[in-house]
Amino acid sequence: MTDAAAPALDTISEPEGKTLLSWESRSRRLVTVYLPLICFLIVLLFPFYWMAITAFKPDAELLDYKNNNPFFIQHATLANIQKLLFDTEYPRWLLTTMGVAVGATALSLFASVLAAYAIQRLRFRGSTYVGLAIYLAYLVPPSILFIPLATMVFQLGLFDTPAALVLTYPTFLIPFCTWLLIGYFKSIPYELEECALIDGATRLQILRRITLPLAVPGLISAGIFAFTLSWNEFIYALAFIQSSEKKTVPVAILTELVTGDVYQWGALMAGSLLGSLPVAIFYSFFVEYYVSSLTGAVKE
Amino acid sequence: MDAAAAGWTYQRPRQSALSRFFDNRTVLVFLCMLPAAGLLLVFLTYPLGLGFWLAFTDTQIGKSGEWVGLENFQSILHDRVFLNTVWWTTFYTVVATVGKFALGLWLALLLNENLPFKSLLRAIILLPFIVPTVLSAIAFWFLYDPQFSIISYLLVNVLHWRDTYIDFLGTPWNARWSLIAANIWRGIPFVAITLLAGLQTISPSLYEAALLDGASSWQRFRRITVPLLMPILAVVLTFSVLFTFTDFQLVYAITRGGPIDSTHLMATLAFQRGIPGGQIGEGAAIAVAMIPFLVFATLFSYFALAKRKWQQGESND
Repeated sequence: MTDAAAPALDTISEPEGKTLLSWESRSRRLVTVYLPLICFLIVLLFPFYWMAITAFKPDAELLDYKNNNPFFIQHATLANIQKLLFDTEYPRWLLTTMGVAVGATALSLFASVLAAYAIQRLRFRGSTYVGLAIYLAYLVPPSILFIPLATMVFQLGLFDTPAALVLTYPTFLIPFCTWLLIGYFKSIPYELEECALIDGATRLQILRRITLPLAVPGLISAGIFAFTLSWNEFIYALAFIQSSEKKTVPVAILTELVTGDVYQWGALMAGSLLGSLPVAIFYSFFVEYYVSSLTGAVKE
Repeated sequence: MDAAAAGWTYQRPRQSALSRFFDNRTVLVFLCMLPAAGLLLVFLTYPLGLGFWLAFTDTQIGKSGEWVGLENFQSILHDRVFLNTVWWTTFYTVVATVGKFALGLWLALLLNENLPFKSLLRAIILLPFIVPTVLSAIAFWFLYDPQFSIISYLLVNVLHWRDTYIDFLGTPWNARWSLIAANIWRGIPFVAITLLAGLQTISPSLYEAALLDGASSWQRFRRITVPLLMPILAVVLTFSVLFTFTDFQLVYAITRGGPIDSTHLMATLAFQRGIPGGQIGEGAAIAVAMIPFLVFATLFSYFALAKRKWQQGESND
């Protein structure tokens, strides 16, 4: 598909690209390409650098720009992290977030695989309309759903439980994953399934033994995307969870660590850094899958 | 003879009635669609309808409401905070989207050059998109602190461009521009990476041909890059407009709508009135009031740009 075509195009374009640009002098290229690119990188990464060094700065250094160069750390300290891990419920929040993200991802993947298989391979009457409806569901933003969902969650007795989040996150995960997986199933040759059908395999056997193993890259992409989306989710977690120990990391940092008028910047930044690390690490292992799902989804 | 005939009639002797039941296409389609359709109908379609109904009631937290007709809409239409919010949400969406697309397209064009460590660069650039928005918003909150802002420090103590520290979040307009800057920062990677994918599908031979014909780099950009990028641009723009208009996290984390309600987006105002304020009916009315804007923005950005694709006579995919 398009994803497969992109790298192939790259390798073709490179030698030609060089001759094409040979009239441009090296210094001109430096000013028009490298300089703006470095500015972009600095602006995009600076908040993270700032987050990281603030997390390891002692308080005295943090609030005194006169005697210390604020861009570097003089005496690194783990006090902020220690405070976060032992004086607050941060480990619990991390565990809750992890549990909710894993649960919601698993549930959405299960539902999406079956739905995508039905829409793309079983081709029932009206399957294109069902596909369209799922696409439209992706366009419904959580910001207009959270109030009625909050009343529903309350009536179902799920208010203030992680189950409320595991059940509501699929509303934005399923449309995306299904859409992505339909694209992947499309790229698997149908002949393989026909062969298996002739050999007497049932539809479910085909799904389990043939289609799913071939769609593993798609499953990974969808899984990563779903995981990061549920880790980052904020508005449902803010609206449906009340007690401190059941909050997810993004909500807890904002509502539990911000106390009084004097902000504990060190602890806040340490919390943000630790909360970002799991997704960042997870993401770094699967960058290529992530990028392909992001771009593939837009191209579909 | 007899044995052979029996063999033919029992083609698949291992299959039980249950597995034959699961192999029936209608049953299978139903079972496969059940989890996804069930979850979406219960937690998406039903709440969407419920939201409309709640908007016409005076429901409060802990008190089931009664039908009040258009009362909620009448009251928010006379509410200066709400009208201000509608205006600011539109302004925020337009300015932030223009900024994101101008800078994102520029970054995509830069990344499309022959660069070393291309995939590493791409991975680094996506970071602001990966990290939870609220957490990077907290970092911005610190960058915008009136006393310890490193931006002010840079301008005042290092570059000597200003004499006083900037009060980023203290006055309405400063706060608004600060929020727009944070939103653009967060949106650039998504736009850049998706447009880069679009750029990579444009055949280099088109540029070569244009170069031979003596086209300038602006002409090549205007006549080749822009038209061929239009279909993907339309999709990315639709999503970007949709998610900027309904943004919640950035504003809630950085200003919570302040100072004096000047930076409330419709989503944060709906939350403010509906959940902590307890006026579920009014909150739902504000949320419902977003829908016409969303439908309009989606249709506009999609059709205004996607039309180009038909004019070129290209087939879908």
